[in-house]
Amino acid sequence: MAEKEAKRGAGMSTLLKVNNLVKRFGGVTAVNDCSFEVQEGSITALIGPNGSGKTTAFNIITGYLKPDSGTIEFDGKLMAKPTPSSIYRAGLSRTFQQARIFPELTVLENLVISSSFGWKDLLGTRVTAADRKRGMQTLEEFRLDKLHDLRAKDLSYGQRKLLEFASVLMSDPKLVLLDEPTAGVNPVMIETMEKHIRDRNKAGVTFLVVEHDMQLVMRLCDPVIVLDHGSKIAEGMPEAIQSNPQVLEAYLGS
Amino acid sequence: MTRNGLIRAGLFFGVLITLPFFSTSQWLTNMFIFTLMYVALASSWNLIGGYAGYPSLGHAAFFGFGAYFTAIVFTDSVGYGWSPFLFLPVVGISAAIISIPIGYVAMKTRADVFAIVTITLLFMAQTLAFNMHKLTGGAQGKGIAVPSFDPATFGRPFYFGMLALAALAMGASMYFRQSKIGLSLSAIRSDEDKALGVGVQVNRVKVLGFAISVGITAMAGGVWAYYEGFVYPQFAVDPLITIGMVLMTFLGGRATLWGPVLGAFILVPAQQYLSYELGANQFYLLAYAAIFLITMLVLPRGVIPTISDKIWLKKKQREAQA
Repeated sequence: MAEKEAKRGAGMSTLLKVNNLVKRFGGVTAVNDCSFEVQEGSITALIGPNGSGKTTAFNIITGYLKPDSGTIEFDGKLMAKPTPSSIYRAGLSRTFQQARIFPELTVLENLVISSSFGWKDLLGTRVTAADRKRGMQTLEEFRLDKLHDLRAKDLSYGQRKLLEFASVLMSDPKLVLLDEPTAGVNPVMIETMEKHIRDRNKAGVTFLVVEHDMQLVMRLCDPVIVLDHGSKIAEGMPEAIQSNPQVLEAYLGS
Repeated sequence: MTRNGLIRAGLFFGVLITLPFFSTSQWLTNMFIFTLMYVALASSWNLIGGYAGYPSLGHAAFFGFGAYFTAIVFTDSVGYGWSPFLFLPVVGISAAIISIPIGYVAMKTRADVFAIVTITLLFMAQTLAFNMHKLTGGAQGKGIAVPSFDPATFGRPFYFGMLALAALAMGASMYFRQSKIGLSLSAIRSDEDKALGVGVQVNRVKVLGFAISVGITAMAGGVWAYYEGFVYPQFAVDPLITIGMVLMTFLGGRATLWGPVLGAFILVPAQQYLSYELGANQFYLLAYAAIFLITMLVLPRGVIPTISDKIWLKKKQREAQA
């Protein structure tokens, strides 16, 4: 606990700043004047009841959706017209709720395609020796190296989630957005996933995690940001959030 | 390329290069010219329709562009007869350049919508060919000067022209498979939105793939026009050409090197044989469709992928037993 406090106090800089995001789908306001910050080096959780706008916020931050208003600042720069590609190249990568990988590509190729190569590389070899070396290193870390020449569609769901996580690390991102990293995977895989998040966090990667497994959130994350009806209703240490009356009301209804 | 792949390609082209010296039969040469033309067409369609999963139905527009471009330039004289072949790179590159804005706009749509958008391209090109009288001769067509090749082996230059284009298309296909262009296109076919989100240069790769694909198609149109000697709108910009290249690729197997080749070698001879047997009516098209339907029912992903999967499975099973 003291360590967490120390980290918070050490004057960390803000890596991601979300300012007054609004997104309406027809009559439904999915994200409503939503603002929050993610500090560099943290594992920040974004929680909230179903339909509270977490995934919509993710989609806006990563350029998949255009907000009706509001801005995103990443790494001190205002992202003027964010597209998924420009966001990824700026060092912000994400995973999807349903583990989106490229089923027709091999496990190794899934990593290579995600390593953000340039225009010139496009004309070069499909998987170069350097690609292979780097990819295999990451696969070893995730214990997927034995499966490297399998098509990704032949993996189990849990392995796909791991593969998606591993692949978005290939561009050396500063911030990784994980959308329900442990949804639908077995308890052992949850621990594996948790270990990998911690390892990478120690290596300097910041995380923003949407997660419904509260035990995992309480173990792993600090701070926790709570959304309800598209805006932030609370933020703080996991312990404080658990007893916050507004949060309890949002989850349990009243 | 693996050693086996090199041997396969060497055998294939070795046989085809020597073939004309064994037989000078007119109908055989004619059939091979069309088979090789469709090898080139289907292989080039496969670059974008197979690898990228963008089912273009507008390729015949570029085929027609190549045909008319060649016809218009060589109406009066073809010199010794080689100039139209030497001119082909100009035809291909022009088509590729024209296709860049077209591809960029059309590829904002996907799947079935893309197919419909591109088929309008085909009808637009046909309408233009009918109506730009001064340039195309309209419905009266446009003739090309006749070369002074030896009548006994008249088809031979066209045969080798088509063979070279088939090699070019297959070479491009091979190159796509082994480069990051192919990797990116496969990722786009699998999940384009995800590909955007991992920094794949989706637009550039798609437009580049489309340009190379239609460039080769246009060159085939050029050789075809020269061989036919006369270009009419309804034959140069023909939906049957588009459908032919699509069917052959589906039959042999999309996104494979040999699939479109095999498809062309099955369907073109079948079509020629059936139209000969069934006489001068359109019944041969029914038989042609029947061949296609039966193959697709038995081997839904096309011949090559189904067979290679079976071989792969057998190999894995043997490995597991060992």
